[in-house]
Amino acid sequence: MSKRFTVVGQPLPKIDAWGKVTGDTRFADDMVLPRMAFGKLLRSPHAHARVRAIDTARAKTVPGVYAVITGADLPRVKFGILPVSQDEEALCTEKVRMVGDAVAAVAAVDEETADRACRLIDVDYEPLPALMSIQESLAHPEVRIHEYGDGPNVHKNVALQFGDVEAAFAASDLVREDVFFYEGNTHLPMEQHAAVAHATADGKLTLWSSTQTPHYVHRLLARILDMPAAHIRVIAAPVGGGFGGKLDPFAHEIAACRLSQLIGRPVKIACTREEVFYIHRGRHPVLMWIKTGFTKAGDITGCHLKTWLDGGAYGSYGVASTFYTGVINPVTYKMPVYKFEGARIFTNKPPCGPKRGHGTPQPRFALEVQLDKAAEQLGLDPADMRRRILVEPFTKTANHLTVTTIGLGECIDKVVEASGWRDKVSRYRAAAEVDAPKPLWQPRRRRGVGIACSSYMTGAGTAIYWNSMPHSGVVLRADRSGGVTVLCGATDIGQGSDSILAYLVAEVLGLDPKDVHVHPADTSLTPVDLGSYSSRVTLMCGQAAIQAAERLRSAIFKAVAAKLDVDAGALAMRERKVGVPDDWEKAVDFARAVELGEAMHGVLAFAGSYAPPKRAGKYKGGGVGPSPCYSYTACVVELSVDEDTGEVELHDVWIGHDIGRALNPLLVEGQVEGSVYMGIGEAVMEAQVFRKHVHKAPSMLEYKSPTTLETPEIHTMLVETDDPEGPFGAKEAGQGPLLPVMPAIANAIYHAVGVRVDEIPITPEKVLKGLELKRQGKAARVGPDRVPLFTFKQPLVVESAFGAPAEAIAVRPFSDTPS
Amino acid sequence: MIRLPAFEYLAPRTVGDAVKYLADRGADAMLVAGGTDLFPNMKRGQFEPKALVGLRGIRELSGVSGDGRAGLTIGAATTLSAVAAHPEVARRYPALATAAGLVSSPQLRNAATLGGNVCVDTRCNWYNQSYEWRKAVGFCMKKDGDICLVAPGSSRCWAVSSSDTAPVLWALGATARLAGPAGERTLPVSALYQDDGIAYLAKRPDEILTELALPAADGWDSVYLKLRRRGSFDFPVLGVAVAVRREGEVVREARVVLGAVASTPREAAAASTALVGQRLTSESITRAAEAAAGPAKPLDNTDFTHPYRKRLVRVYVARALARLAGLDAGPSSFDGFEGRPGFPGEPRALAGGVRGGSSPPRLNNQGAISGPPPST
Repeated sequence: MSKRFTVVGQPLPKIDAWGKVTGDTRFADDMVLPRMAFGKLLRSPHAHARVRAIDTARAKTVPGVYAVITGADLPRVKFGILPVSQDEEALCTEKVRMVGDAVAAVAAVDEETADRACRLIDVDYEPLPALMSIQESLAHPEVRIHEYGDGPNVHKNVALQFGDVEAAFAASDLVREDVFFYEGNTHLPMEQHAAVAHATADGKLTLWSSTQTPHYVHRLLARILDMPAAHIRVIAAPVGGGFGGKLDPFAHEIAACRLSQLIGRPVKIACTREEVFYIHRGRHPVLMWIKTGFTKAGDITGCHLKTWLDGGAYGSYGVASTFYTGVINPVTYKMPVYKFEGARIFTNKPPCGPKRGHGTPQPRFALEVQLDKAAEQLGLDPADMRRRILVEPFTKTANHLTVTTIGLGECIDKVVEASGWRDKVSRYRAAAEVDAPKPLWQPRRRRGVGIACSSYMTGAGTAIYWNSMPHSGVVLRADRSGGVTVLCGATDIGQGSDSILAYLVAEVLGLDPKDVHVHPADTSLTPVDLGSYSSRVTLMCGQAAIQAAERLRSAIFKAVAAKLDVDAGALAMRERKVGVPDDWEKAVDFARAVELGEAMHGVLAFAGSYAPPKRAGKYKGGGVGPSPCYSYTACVVELSVDEDTGEVELHDVWIGHDIGRALNPLLVEGQVEGSVYMGIGEAVMEAQVFRKHVHKAPSMLEYKSPTTLETPEIHTMLVETDDPEGPFGAKEAGQGPLLPVMPAIANAIYHAVGVRVDEIPITPEKVLKGLELKRQGKAARVGPDRVPLFTFKQPLVVESAFGAPAEAIAVRPFSDTPS
Repeated sequence: MIRLPAFEYLAPRTVGDAVKYLADRGADAMLVAGGTDLFPNMKRGQFEPKALVGLRGIRELSGVSGDGRAGLTIGAATTLSAVAAHPEVARRYPALATAAGLVSSPQLRNAATLGGNVCVDTRCNWYNQSYEWRKAVGFCMKKDGDICLVAPGSSRCWAVSSSDTAPVLWALGATARLAGPAGERTLPVSALYQDDGIAYLAKRPDEILTELALPAADGWDSVYLKLRRRGSFDFPVLGVAVAVRREGEVVREARVVLGAVASTPREAAAASTALVGQRLTSESITRAAEAAAGPAKPLDNTDFTHPYRKRLVRVYVARALARLAGLDAGPSSFDGFEGRPGFPGEPRALAGGVRGGSSPPRLNNQGAISGPPPST
């Protein structure tokens, strides 16, 4: 494969880098419109209560207050991001289900006044018993958080079986059963959610919001506000970090819209940091039981996974999250048969949803730590064991997912080599055997290395609502100036998707990325893109952009060919010129070529569309998990553990990532490093936990997330597999590299001190407890030891598709070249 | 956004004026210097002053004078950055330089003052929360309520003394000068605090802390270690300040003071006593450390679990003493790593690392700055 690129592969700055660095970028909270009012939400202090009455009379008398609204001022519709979970109200009318549920909203001349008025709203609550854990919710079916679902307080109950796992276990040399717990944590974006709504006198409405998915917000606003979608315009403001936390429609957006409609002024609502902790939709706490069979050589014979998700108070993306705790595991290692049972339980806490890695870091942690334990029992090197059992390229998994390219073997080789794995794994282990007594004052810090691998989707194969339309669209307009404008509904949440669009268009048209203007997502201007989630944007928008650019190129070629009297097939675009490579002196400037094109064709505007190949498994639930291609990551962590304090210090992280192709290696490295950093926080300190029904630490100071001082050296190594599904071969980078970090850390801690902490986060207290158990001669393991009494539903039994070859050609719905 | 409520700002130029303004406004007024603790607390409704008396414009409150031979005085409004970087402080009172340099983050240390840290409000994770949060759980006696949420049966407040510099000043035998309507008075830093989360200062509300005075440093060595989850930004959840005066190798005076494990800094008197008349050896260090944990009374109201904080007292005291004894310089043979010395609080280089001075201090896992050995 010898593709020649000019822009692709270059370590270019992001196109928005200057604005971000100089402070020019104007986020939603920076917006000020003439006559703008400021809004504030009144939120519930109760975790579970019936709302008997709300009296806004006192609040309305406060000077400077323009309007006070409750749920009664909104159409009575429940909504939710997934069609199967329509269970939210912007302002709760009957019941509040968590501390932080909004019940009323105020618009006033300034924020202080709005705040003061909120405190004068009298809400008569009848408190109900609050259920704050999976165990409590299952133990109290008489208390119902919602009336719908798959059982009392059970939002979703799924069971899928691909082949006979019991037979596989019976034929195994080693069968392990382990229980793990992964505590919830939150996205912690730098920018707090904010929205500005402007209802105008013509009855139309514009919303600027810090959102990852303007399209879904647009669709849902029409329903929630009961007005024609055609009269609503949603514009994505620059997003200061998303990570999945800005993917639902939120109360502050809806309240801002309604308040603006009522008072005829623009209304801004900017959430406080504390509110963002309650808006949440972050990592689910998940309890996991995993049973895996192995042969002596380290092959996996079969795997059975059960997961219990603490969903919080609402559905959100939870049905998808539930599936994701099961369906991605078989994509990494050969797993001939597989059974997955999962249940999402409602609790009276902020709803969980998609956070970077959506539902997959938890089972990944379980699987990778269990593999480490199995390797030890089998006397195998954990890196070699993994290397041997990787999924074959262009085959299907037990659960009918199609794997295309897989560069994981090379990723493992690279991190093993770069980290000095082979030397360290034996040397540190030998050092750990020494157990000489030591004085109290002398610290003993033991070194360890750990490895883990992972895989992740490059875009979900199905949309949130069933349809046959493109998942992503691009309109490209060539200007007589020689510039090109990209209109696309994708939102750049810091990952650099706008830049990717510019690079790809510039690559196809032989331009400098600076010549390409990328317009922010705007539902009145830009074609639909579903949103910045599931690592879909580079692949899907990228393919649409390439298609649009190729269509534009061929129109321009036609005109230039006529002008130069050559065959259009002989033309090329580069260096802002169009011409025949062998006769480049006659090449015309791109701007001139556009004029020729416009003279021949009229306005030069071309669309590109993308929808993923239709490859979903033909069974109920088969729609979650398919992706055009999967990224792969291998990670080695080196750390040391202080035996007296239990503190873990990370020294180095070597991470190899199969990126397909690095469209911009600098951006990929940024995504990988950000993922590692976030993974470290999850692994050793972050916890979204509640006490007396409220968030224990809803602040940047007390919700502990690492600083630069806790971030070790990160050595990123990229592997390019040139995937046939990706734009110029590219796969995702935004989420996958987070996944192996937590288990690699857990495995390294075990390597250092012989303590298994089967529970995230791995705090110093837990490490110390494990060391204490070890000293007492007990099993040095800290983690959950029981699972709930819970009946999963009868599994849907489907034949395993393991090892079947991928369909020779994937059908891509809007492709120009259906081969 | 959470807004700072409106207040009147008074800007005296002299301590006398400041005292007068404070007296005039009575309970409605509070003092502000760096404001790094006060303003967030005002945003969350913990403090609701109508007026603030600003100390930043009072020249006489800033600066360091004297030397280690005669003793040092530090104006209460001297920034923590200035204290940490002061060569005489770093050389002769290293624990104070360390403690001042470990408060919060570099940006905040440029605004925050020594006096502010000495007087910093006690902390509790049932109290350092927004008005709405506290309302949801039913308020505590420190603000707007009448019970203690961490110890519901208790008649007193258990908020935690969270100053890094207080235990160090106590251990160093520092005195505090206060100016009030009745004139000036001086009291030992050890007498400045009271074991009560609300009335944690013996300073009267109408008094202003004007300066901290350190006695002559001859013969004294000191060290400060801080427990917190991260290498920056976090308040201490255990602070260990140790100061010893040796004649030859024999300890003649010793003070081990614990921070952030009670509502006041607490002297571990048994540990101090155990050291006097001893050389700092492996055995005497271990004995003193084992005796140190008694006064630590942590409760479940900070980061980390309280049994963990209690348990780490002996480890930290032992490590602090080992550092004073110079026991920490040798490599550890147990960490299996070559080319890097493993010793108590193995240093972790700051990113981009040099912080000035001939031998760049480095931040370690306990957050302590390890620099050149103290001169003795």
